[in-house]
Amino acid sequence: MIPLEAARVSRRFGDFVAVDEVDLAVEPGEVVGLLGANGAGKTTLMRMLLGLLAPTAGLVRLFGRPPDREARRRIGYVPQGLGLYRDLTGDENLAFVAGAFGVPAAVPVEDGGVLIGRLPLGTQRRIAFEAALQHRPDALILDEPTSGVSPLARARLWEQIREAAAGGAAVLVSTHAMDEARQADRLVLMHLGRVVGRGSERDIVGARTAVEVRTAEWHDAFTALDAAGLPATLAGRRVRVAGAGPDRVESVLASAGIAAQVTRVPATLEEAMVLAGAPPS
Amino acid sequence: MTWGVEDLTVDFGGGTPALDGVTLEARPGEVTAVVGGDGAGKTTLLRVLAGVPIPSRGRVHRPDARKIGFMPATSGALRDLTVAENLEFIADAHRFDAGERAGLLLERAGLAPFRRRLARDLSGGMRQKLGVVLAMLTAPDLLILDEPTTGVDPVSRSEVWRLIGSAAAGGTAVVVATAYLDEAERATTLLMLHGGRALLAGTPADVTAAMPGAVVDRAVPTDRDRAWPRGARWRQWLPGGSPDAEPPDLEDAVIVAMLGAGAGR
Repeated sequence: MIPLEAARVSRRFGDFVAVDEVDLAVEPGEVVGLLGANGAGKTTLMRMLLGLLAPTAGLVRLFGRPPDREARRRIGYVPQGLGLYRDLTGDENLAFVAGAFGVPAAVPVEDGGVLIGRLPLGTQRRIAFEAALQHRPDALILDEPTSGVSPLARARLWEQIREAAAGGAAVLVSTHAMDEARQADRLVLMHLGRVVGRGSERDIVGARTAVEVRTAEWHDAFTALDAAGLPATLAGRRVRVAGAGPDRVESVLASAGIAAQVTRVPATLEEAMVLAGAPPS
Repeated sequence: MTWGVEDLTVDFGGGTPALDGVTLEARPGEVTAVVGGDGAGKTTLLRVLAGVPIPSRGRVHRPDARKIGFMPATSGALRDLTVAENLEFIADAHRFDAGERAGLLLERAGLAPFRRRLARDLSGGMRQKLGVVLAMLTAPDLLILDEPTTGVDPVSRSEVWRLIGSAAAGGTAVVVATAYLDEAERATTLLMLHGGRALLAGTPADVTAAMPGAVVDRAVPTDRDRAWPRGARWRQWLPGGSPDAEPPDLEDAVIVAMLGAGAGR
């Protein structure tokens, strides 16, 4: 029985199609990363999977059934805003959530006696995780759960996610941090409501490429490419361009009189996402 | 040093100092990333460098206030003004003729269609991009950006980095705070803060190469306190080294530095 499943699910708001015929299934023990720019439909899809929003077409199933109250009790959710009461302490928040799910209150946590609003963000995130995990959910939905915390704090949050998955939970997690995408077992990339890529990071990048420019005159190279309207970005002392071929880049540099080594390289995941949104060149 | 801080200490009282003997150099034409989590001291460092009056010890080298562009973490845009009015306001305050530059920056930021929109009605990502444009508008010598991309989606983030790149390419010294390591990897140099202290400094490649000990790949870690997940497997730090060491990356180096500094559980 699949814990989280969307079958040709769409959601319209008036004329606006926020989610467009999306298929998605998250199996027990699996961590699926959901990627996409703002407006791609990630949060709307998550809200439908949570049963908070009804699809306008297609079917959502939780554990093989419509998202009714019983099925929803088996889900843990950490929203972008964390969903904690800032004027309660961490322990009070945990007790409140435990009560709502009808389970015994969790063991007091470190810094659990402090008001949420006075805790560092990393600690708030850890407590939001505890709150979502304490009823031992069979599925976890996490909306950008690690934004703004240190790399070590983020690693510790992922440890919690991995423990839940090892215990059999199906996990769907959205992120804007590209280096976090490698934490997932597989990825789903959305753009304008549709799924436009699936699989590993390599699958998502696919045949998409960028152009890398190596030159001692990188300042001039960047300025020339930028002035020519090419989407140049910086990578240390190199310049990268995603969305134009090496010929175009070479010709811009040549007209500016800049000697450079220009090579076609595989796109990064972020570049692939930018290219997924760009009209085909 | 041209711009930057030397041996900077800021103590607001109450235990650990916000910054403890931090040195940061911001070279013209280069991007320095200040990396760290919430509470590491990034904002305090950037505010002191920008000239916000904060009692501190140490030396600060900064250009004339008119040649500094500073974007606070809250973006700095005035919410009740439109995008265009925000630009005019900054240009007027600096008696700067923005001319075509304003239009070009808005274009690069993907904000050109929203000139007449109130800043309060922009999405979070768009407001952050406006903050970067405002800080860059007067072509400052020193551009200081406090987490311009936190919570910003990857497409907008690449637009922000295009703006950052164009500032550095034009000779500006750029200091940018971020919680994302893939951004630190794009910078010329990085400074990693933790609990107000500088844990790492240098180019991303140097910082990675200087990691003490070894990081190994394990299905099951033998020491959870020195291990962290990557995908379904684990990375584990062995301070004494290991024959089956993996080539470390920046994330390994940063986590190892934090573990070495006693940032355990």
